Amino acid sequence: MATQSEKEPNRRDFLYVATGAVGAVGAAAVAWPLIDQMNPDASVLALASIEFDLSSVGVGQSVTIKWRGFPVFVRHRTEAEIEEARAVPLDALKDPETDAQRVKEGHEEWLIMIANCTHLGCVPVGESGEYDGWFCPCHGSHYDTAGRIRKGPAPKNLVVPDYEFLSDTVVKIG
Amino acid sequence: MSHKSTYEPKTGFEKWMDERLPIIRLGYDSFVDFPSPKNLNYFWTFGGILAIFLVIQIVTGVILAMHYTPHADLAFNSVEHIRRDVNWGRIIQAAHANGASFFFLAVYIHIFRGLYYGSYKAPREVLWILGVVIFLLMMATAFMGYVLPWGQMSFWAATVITNFFSAIPLVGEGLMVFLRGAFAVDNATLNRFFSLHYLLPFMIAGVVGLHIWALHVPGNNNPTGVEVKTKADTVPFHPYLTMKDLFAIVVFMIPFAWFVFFAPDILGHPDNYIPADPQVTPPHIVPEWYFLPFYAILRAIDFNIGPIDSKLGGVIAMFGSIAIWFIVPWLDRSKVRSGAFRPMFKWFYWIWIVNFIGLTYLGAQPAEGVYVILSKTATFYYFAYFLIILPFLPRIETTLPLPASISESVLAKHKTEAAE
Amino acid sequence: MKKLNSLIGAALIAASGMLAGSAYAAGGGEHSGPEAKLIDWTFGGVFGTYDKAQLQRGFQVFQEVCSACHGAELFSFRMLEKEGGPEYSEAQVKALAASYTIQDPEHIDGERSGVPADKWPSPFETVQDAKDANGGVMPPDFSVLAKARNVPQKFPNWIGNYFTAYQEGGADYIYNLLTGYNDAPEGVEVGAGQYWNDHFHGTGGTLAMAPPLFDEMVDYEGEAPETVDQYAKDIAAFMMWLAEPDMTSRKALGFNVLMFLFLFAGMMYMVKRKLWSSVDH
Repeated sequence: MATQSEKEPNRRDFLYVATGAVGAVGAAAVAWPLIDQMNPDASVLALASIEFDLSSVGVGQSVTIKWRGFPVFVRHRTEAEIEEARAVPLDALKDPETDAQRVKEGHEEWLIMIANCTHLGCVPVGESGEYDGWFCPCHGSHYDTAGRIRKGPAPKNLVVPDYEFLSDTVVKIG
Repeated sequence: MSHKSTYEPKTGFEKWMDERLPIIRLGYDSFVDFPSPKNLNYFWTFGGILAIFLVIQIVTGVILAMHYTPHADLAFNSVEHIRRDVNWGRIIQAAHANGASFFFLAVYIHIFRGLYYGSYKAPREVLWILGVVIFLLMMATAFMGYVLPWGQMSFWAATVITNFFSAIPLVGEGLMVFLRGAFAVDNATLNRFFSLHYLLPFMIAGVVGLHIWALHVPGNNNPTGVEVKTKADTVPFHPYLTMKDLFAIVVFMIPFAWFVFFAPDILGHPDNYIPADPQVTPPHIVPEWYFLPFYAILRAIDFNIGPIDSKLGGVIAMFGSIAIWFIVPWLDRSKVRSGAFRPMFKWFYWIWIVNFIGLTYLGAQPAEGVYVILSKTATFYYFAYFLIILPFLPRIETTLPLPASISESVLAKHKTEAAE
Repeated sequence: MKKLNSLIGAALIAASGMLAGSAYAAGGGEHSGPEAKLIDWTFGGVFGTYDKAQLQRGFQVFQEVCSACHGAELFSFRMLEKEGGPEYSEAQVKALAASYTIQDPEHIDGERSGVPADKWPSPFETVQDAKDANGGVMPPDFSVLAKARNVPQKFPNWIGNYFTAYQEGGADYIYNLLTGYNDAPEGVEVGAGQYWNDHFHGTGGTLAMAPPLFDEMVDYEGEAPETVDQYAKDIAAFMMWLAEPDMTSRKALGFNVLMFLFLFAGMMYMVKRKLWSSVDH
């Protein structure tokens, strides 16, 4: 049984290399689930996009809703606020964006933004600050009525998430 | 056989490192050029299998802890959340739960191999004792882990096990409350069990390190029980035993995968899918299968022994049944190490194994009728094996002649094989 | 080969220990009532998959009958879309969820219509309400109930379960219970609000749930017979899925893993043999 096998260096090497390769594939296949488990789970992903009914938010009102764990401002802007935002020249802005770029066409009265200050993440206070928009009390950033940064340490405008209008009153965020 | 280091640093870095922290030398001497008996059989692969299972349990356990909530109101649903929502959660959780079973399966084979081949005998007593310590730590870890899903069996297991300590005279009741952190098993108990369940495996890993150290001083025992005499008796650990162990590990993974993927709950109790309810005890409470032999011994003592009442007696017997393993190296008086050369011992040994499996079966049965008598008989034999047979059998036993060396026994084996 | 024998020996010894100890898992012990009928489920065995049509029927039974009293707190609407489950379309699930009112303290009205991510609403606000409405007994939650039940099997029948990967004891129990209402045996007092069932707790007993299913109670769209027997099978299958929603993909992956392990073990054996062929051992 234990007779010396013939010298077959090629076959032997092939066996070792092939077995090593199969083992490596197995190790990789085991590693992936152990890593992937850290990704957001099904219950988190199920809330990755939400639908929100706008009909309850009157003109001049705003609500804060939760989306992907972030607070999101939904503001029903007044005509005056829209006018004010449109009147601002682009070169007066730190992060130049027109008002039209920050809302959906035909739904200009709705401003939807992630409610975290782009400086260090605090939630700004609405209808305050020097530009009638939002004011972040943490480090004094002022946003205008289109949520654009006007003054203070924040570098960017408040972030507008991906969203779409499913109908005139229902918006799908994410 | 402590061997001289054969490590020679090759690169500049290795030399530099070797003069400061000779860790590469340690690894090389322990797992590459470690001379190992060439006649080891597959029972010797279980050390490697156990090492792998310790790693599996720690890795899957750390992952589960990322998703688990140790709170009495949330624990049950958080485990179920892992099963249904977390990516790969069902498989990772099943691997951890069944991993415990297979860990114990492997450790029992490992221990029983040691008992058969006399691996506990001089000069390996410390190695053996460290092994018993690991086993006790494993039991504590497994028990506390079983409590974490906070199902009915979890809760009542915690209640029953912590009640063991109330059997201790005078301080027992106070000790039990201390362990629970509440008068009955409650949220405080669950929290501390989670903490300790996370801690203990790392202590196990530490003792495993000592266990391997203690193995590498005298070297492996082998099926003949005759110590290694010359280099001809050995092969280097790598690649011979690494590849053999790896083969055995892969084979052992096959039944493990079978349970994980196709029958993840078959080794558990359905009642543990009922959330813990302190008001209702399930009709049959039973521990996990790997505790059953000891549970049977606990229940077998249903009578007072002098001043010791039956409750304390049962607890003493149960802990004693493991504690007795600590002194096995001194209870066994035989000069011959391996059971292979002890014709009478073999019989008593195999009866003991069957007896142990019998105790496992009895532990799962209700304590009534014929089961009570059988449990008592089996408990008696369990202890008699260690206290009577191991010490006194050598006086009447005629052992078979031992081979002069491992090589000689290998040659003799080939001769008989050729003759057949 | 001899050494391989020792490995197989070890495996057998070990397996017998494990099996001896797991006798209780099959409910081992006394058994007085009629033998439980074991159903040949589509989800049994290594290649088992759920029958989509059956799950949809089972869900219908759950929705129209069971859910009046039984909650399922781990059941989210979104699960109904899952591959390997009832596989309703996204639009169907959305519409279904929207037809339910969800209590939401964060919402301005305290309640709102449901979305797929919501959990199935509980039929009772508190445990006490549930008990009051059901003769003092809380109807058990359905989420994992199919894994919390089992049918008793006599020795040695249950030994085979380890080799067939029998995990359908819960579904079998539910089927037998729902079809097991009967006249109480001689000498058994059945109290007010109690009903005799041949399979309750596996051995027969009285329970507070009145026979919940009747022929032609739920209108099925397809061909399936509208009988208690069929309803019982369908709801049992649905509950098994509810308790183990990812079973299909788990088993499919398991088959691949086993194939891999057999291949790798074979190769490792050849490697090991080749290595050791030059050693006299």
